[in-house]
Amino acid sequence: MAQNRIADLLAGRRPVAHHRPWPRYEVDAATWDAVGQGLAAGATLLGLWGDADAVHAAVTAPALDAPCIVSLAVRAGVFPSLGRHHPPAIRLERTICDLYGFAATDAPDTRRWLDHGAWRLRAPLGDKSPAAPRDPTDYDFRPVHGEGLHQIPVGPVHAGIIEPGHFRFTANGEIVARLEERLGYVHKGIDGLLTGCELDKAARIAARVSGDATVAASFAFARAVEAALGIAVPRRAESLRGVMAELERIANHLGDIGAICNDAAFALLHAHTGILREKVLAASDRAFGHRLMMDLIVPGGVARDIDAEGARAIIATLDDIAPRFAEIVAYYDETPSLQDRTCTTGIVAPELVTRWGAGGHVGRASGRDFDARRDLAYPPYTGLTFKVPVLTTGDVDARVRVRIAEVETSMTLLRTWLAALPNGPVRVDVPQSREVREGIAVTEAFRGDLLVWLRVADGRIARCHVRDASWFQWPLLEAAIEGNIVADFPLCNKSFNCSYSGHDL
Amino acid sequence: MRTLLLKSLFARPVTLAAPSAADVELEQAGRALEERARRLFGRAITIREVDAGSCNGCELEIHALNNAVYDVERFGIRFAASPRHCDVLMVTGPVTHNMKVALERTYAATPAPKWVVAVGDCGCGCGVFEGSYAVVGAVDKVIPVDLQIKGCPPRPIDLLKGLIALMEKATVAP
Repeated sequence: MAQNRIADLLAGRRPVAHHRPWPRYEVDAATWDAVGQGLAAGATLLGLWGDADAVHAAVTAPALDAPCIVSLAVRAGVFPSLGRHHPPAIRLERTICDLYGFAATDAPDTRRWLDHGAWRLRAPLGDKSPAAPRDPTDYDFRPVHGEGLHQIPVGPVHAGIIEPGHFRFTANGEIVARLEERLGYVHKGIDGLLTGCELDKAARIAARVSGDATVAASFAFARAVEAALGIAVPRRAESLRGVMAELERIANHLGDIGAICNDAAFALLHAHTGILREKVLAASDRAFGHRLMMDLIVPGGVARDIDAEGARAIIATLDDIAPRFAEIVAYYDETPSLQDRTCTTGIVAPELVTRWGAGGHVGRASGRDFDARRDLAYPPYTGLTFKVPVLTTGDVDARVRVRIAEVETSMTLLRTWLAALPNGPVRVDVPQSREVREGIAVTEAFRGDLLVWLRVADGRIARCHVRDASWFQWPLLEAAIEGNIVADFPLCNKSFNCSYSGHDL
Repeated sequence: MRTLLLKSLFARPVTLAAPSAADVELEQAGRALEERARRLFGRAITIREVDAGSCNGCELEIHALNNAVYDVERFGIRFAASPRHCDVLMVTGPVTHNMKVALERTYAATPAPKWVVAVGDCGCGCGVFEGSYAVVGAVDKVIPVDLQIKGCPPRPIDLLKGLIALMEKATVAP
């Protein structure tokens, strides 16, 4: 019922023309606010981004046939806050305000988010007015009061070979009372760079939103362009895209499973998974000519075909790593000292993942049964039946086990496609369209659903927004660490492995 | 569990197994680096990695230097947690405006003699992020760079070769 609210609001409305595949509705401020209430009542926010004179929200709910986009024209630089109804919208709203200079009416948090005061201009995607630099450390962390509390500031430069971000821990002895994140350090202005960009170059930028999910981002970008321009991709290209996406998933999960064990001071499994990851990257390199398979999925198909030898190299690698991986999993299972660290550590409540619409292993380890490959099915996953692991304990251990099961599913999918690769071309030309066309696509990256929305005109991107799964996972990390010891933070953080670059854009 | 341990005990190291042309190249590259590092630093060099704005692709490949296949520690190269403990800063980019101060402070915290290696097409140039309001640009626009290792991202073997090139440069003019 409550979830029907958004469906009822939009029933009978005419979507805007040339927006594919899901409908986009232009709504007034009252409806926008009602959508916020619908989100609070149980619908899921898929994305929220700004435009030259509008804000767009992608939402989904069980009562809707498909996700939809609602757009509100921004008048006099203000729009009603969705965040006041639905907290997952808050950071996205702060981002819109930083980039466009809009103000969200009644927003619960008006602090700047990506704008650290170093750009020398305000609203870089809006009026671009000059601004004096501010002290980057001048940021109001939420106050914490209480006896015996102390703060531990960490970052932006961290101790490992990882991305930068700031974590402000408030601890009572060893126990974390609150973690507050401050992100935005690797903001590269991707939305701005994509605006007015030619499709080829835009695809290269989209591939570099987050290097570890380069295939998934290129995949979503290509599908959004194809949706906008009505391009049908050759079947062989569809299968090869799936092959790349699953190779990327396996490589990342292998790396992370090992790194989680390593953060529990169990280096042996890290060493073993590291070898397996290297084998997968080497096979990807042999088959596609790039270890991370960057820039290979392009609008219209894939940039490079594989030969029989490449396909054989992947299968041989799977044959090689499958039994070794089983041994690693058995070792994890039979090591109580390791599970003592991972079990009951960093629990995320099911209500939180549902509310935040957290995708990937973060959602599925806490009972959210969602996988874009199945629930927003796209080629080559359409019509396939595969296992989507869902657990309910929501701790580090559950996230490890979801990843383990996903590696196994990915290996099965790879074998299915490689055993029967369709023949034929792998790329079609991208037609030029003088008219404005809009497209949206979601792919399942290794860390969760990744959304790309774009508007093209005259062979150029008029506006493009990439929303990484991390947006709806980072806030839950703050919840996961609460009540845990400080020393378990690396363990929790790695079990999420959110992207800084994918979030900061 | 026991089988994995036993196998690990008796298995040949993955690093040395079945040397193909690429593995031989890696072995020679690593040994040459060790000799120069010893001349300079006695036994080893320590690297602090700083992500000043990268997409994290370079980080994945820098990470790979530590796995059992590339295993840079056997050549005396190790990564440190603090800039105060390192000889070399390995910086990926493009340097964002939001990371500029942090990078400058990390450089200032590194004791001399120190060397800076810019990694990746973005760290060496600005890559696809050229022209953005949010980026300063290549690493050398913020701190002096001694060596550039290009690639998007550079392969681990290229990173290792690059470190050797740095040592050659460092022994001539510290």
